[in-house]
Amino acid sequence: MSQLAIKSLTKSYGAFKVFDGLSLAADAGEIVVIFGGSGTGKTILLRLIAGVEEPTGGVIEIGGHDVSDIAPEHRGVGMAFQNFALFPHMSAAENIATPLRAVGAAEDKVKAGVARVAKLLKIDHVLNHAPRELSNGQKQRTALARALAAEPQILLLDDPLRNVDAKLRFEMRLELPRLLRQSGATVLYVTQDYKEAMALADRIAVLANGQFVQMATPEDIYMRPATLGVARLFGDPSINTADTAIVADGSGVHAAVGGTRVPLADSYRSLAGRDVIFGVRPESVELGSSGLEAEVMAVTPLNERTVLLLQSPSGWEFLASLPSSAATIPEAGSRVRASFAAAGTHIFDRQTGERLDG
Amino acid sequence: MDHSSSLEKLLRSVAITLVLVFFLFPIVWIFLMSLQTNETILRIPPSIAFTPIIDNYTALITGQLRTAAGSLQLNFMQNMFNSVLLSVCSVALSLVLGVPAAYAFARFKFRLGEDIAFTLLSFRFAPALLVLLPLSLYFKTLGLTNTYIGLIWVYQLICLPLILWIVRGYFEDISPDIEHAYRIAGNSWWRTFTRISIPLAKPGIAAAGLLAFIFAWNNFVFALILASADKQPVTVGALAFVTASGIQYGQIAAAIIISITPTLALALYAQRYLVEGLSMGAVKG
Repeated sequence: MSQLAIKSLTKSYGAFKVFDGLSLAADAGEIVVIFGGSGTGKTILLRLIAGVEEPTGGVIEIGGHDVSDIAPEHRGVGMAFQNFALFPHMSAAENIATPLRAVGAAEDKVKAGVARVAKLLKIDHVLNHAPRELSNGQKQRTALARALAAEPQILLLDDPLRNVDAKLRFEMRLELPRLLRQSGATVLYVTQDYKEAMALADRIAVLANGQFVQMATPEDIYMRPATLGVARLFGDPSINTADTAIVADGSGVHAAVGGTRVPLADSYRSLAGRDVIFGVRPESVELGSSGLEAEVMAVTPLNERTVLLLQSPSGWEFLASLPSSAATIPEAGSRVRASFAAAGTHIFDRQTGERLDG
Repeated sequence: MDHSSSLEKLLRSVAITLVLVFFLFPIVWIFLMSLQTNETILRIPPSIAFTPIIDNYTALITGQLRTAAGSLQLNFMQNMFNSVLLSVCSVALSLVLGVPAAYAFARFKFRLGEDIAFTLLSFRFAPALLVLLPLSLYFKTLGLTNTYIGLIWVYQLICLPLILWIVRGYFEDISPDIEHAYRIAGNSWWRTFTRISIPLAKPGIAAAGLLAFIFAWNNFVFALILASADKQPVTVGALAFVTASGIQYGQIAAAIIISITPTLALALYAQRYLVEGLSMGAVKG
């Protein structure tokens, strides 16, 4: 039995449909990242689960029980908000203590509970401060501590790293998985940062147009994106694409990309003649002595990787991402030959954007 | 402030002084009048040199007004008591009714919500006299004429819209997420309202309460029409100083000084909440 189950959930505001039949099941202790661009309703989904908004249709089950008629305070859910939503008139300690006080815990239990999560999140030195005296990072940790304090079975985290600086975000990305595992809660984590999603998730559920377009492990999402949209969302720099068609003849199956023939697996033969989009991740573009001839237009070093902008004789521009430690990084203006590693190439239907497997 | 030149500082002090003199002069003048007899007040040319007397105050407090034409009974202290009772009760009732209503208007969308809120505000558009004539007829029928309850009820026309609209704005400024967070933490709707919403809107509630108190305190026409001497507030009671033997300027001045004291005290007390409200808004970002 799943700890949290969402069944054909719908939500509309007037004529505007935010969700059109969402379903999701999360096991106890699982970390599911809800990933999607802005305005896809990620926050609304968490609010529906927390019970501060009501769904238009569908069922939400927590621990196997339908919670439609259960008020937010009785759902046993912890939630951290993107804007922190700390209580400005209470100290950090009192903020963290609220879920413990709400259940009428004895004073020493409250103290112990606050001290435990504060130590875990390294904010024990600012417990007496009012929220306005805290830095954004401390606010964010206080909000997280408040969500964790009562050891909820379900933890809803709404883009908690959105409003903190890059350095802290990096640190938290490393710390959070351990913290969340320790809590033992089923976690729904909302983010629009794909690195965060990949670092934290057991499973990623990609939300777009009111539906989950793909729900899979981070590896799967990256290696086998279900749609062109998903492929574009994961990866930086974004996947290279080219409109083409699959051709099958005596010499094998291939697609014309940038004026050259890119060989495809024989299994694509059945799709011959189909209009498709060829996609290749920049890190799967390999420079060598054979393959597509291209001119290096620009070289951008980005720490451990260097991104090259290449142009084929036919005018197709694409990116290649090489490890900065590579033996030779071509200079701008030089000519190279590029080939595409099979693992990083994907074929999508041009009409629907869906992944095509041979 | 540190980088402003000394000329700037000087000009600023001059400007502040001018404003203070302009606004405080009448009050100072009235205070001086309250310490004089009618004769010294009315002498020509006027002079600020006089021997201060406290007879005006003793007359008001003891209720015995001695004039050239004889002795006159005053019930100024009763008027004062009426003013306090009417204003305090009206504002209290308005807060009890208006704060939850303001919250409802701020947080929930319901049918005719905006219309109801606007209707309540429109009570302030109509001239009081327009409402008073039919109202006095109703009050006679209902037996509410010359009762405290009747007056407090009518005073809601003054206090309720004010409190409703000011406090509503403050509730709207509170992020709903803060309330959601408190509920999810395990608290009922009512607890969230009393522990989160009300404390966070406190500066607004204080400001609205103070304004409503001042408006109620200064009201004249409702009590003039709907109450007789024993229930009338100081504003109406001051009419008694216009006597057959002339206008008692000294007593009027003393009465004004006494009657502005409670409002002034309340304003000074509420000031810190108002300032707190301003600074809270500054950090909310």
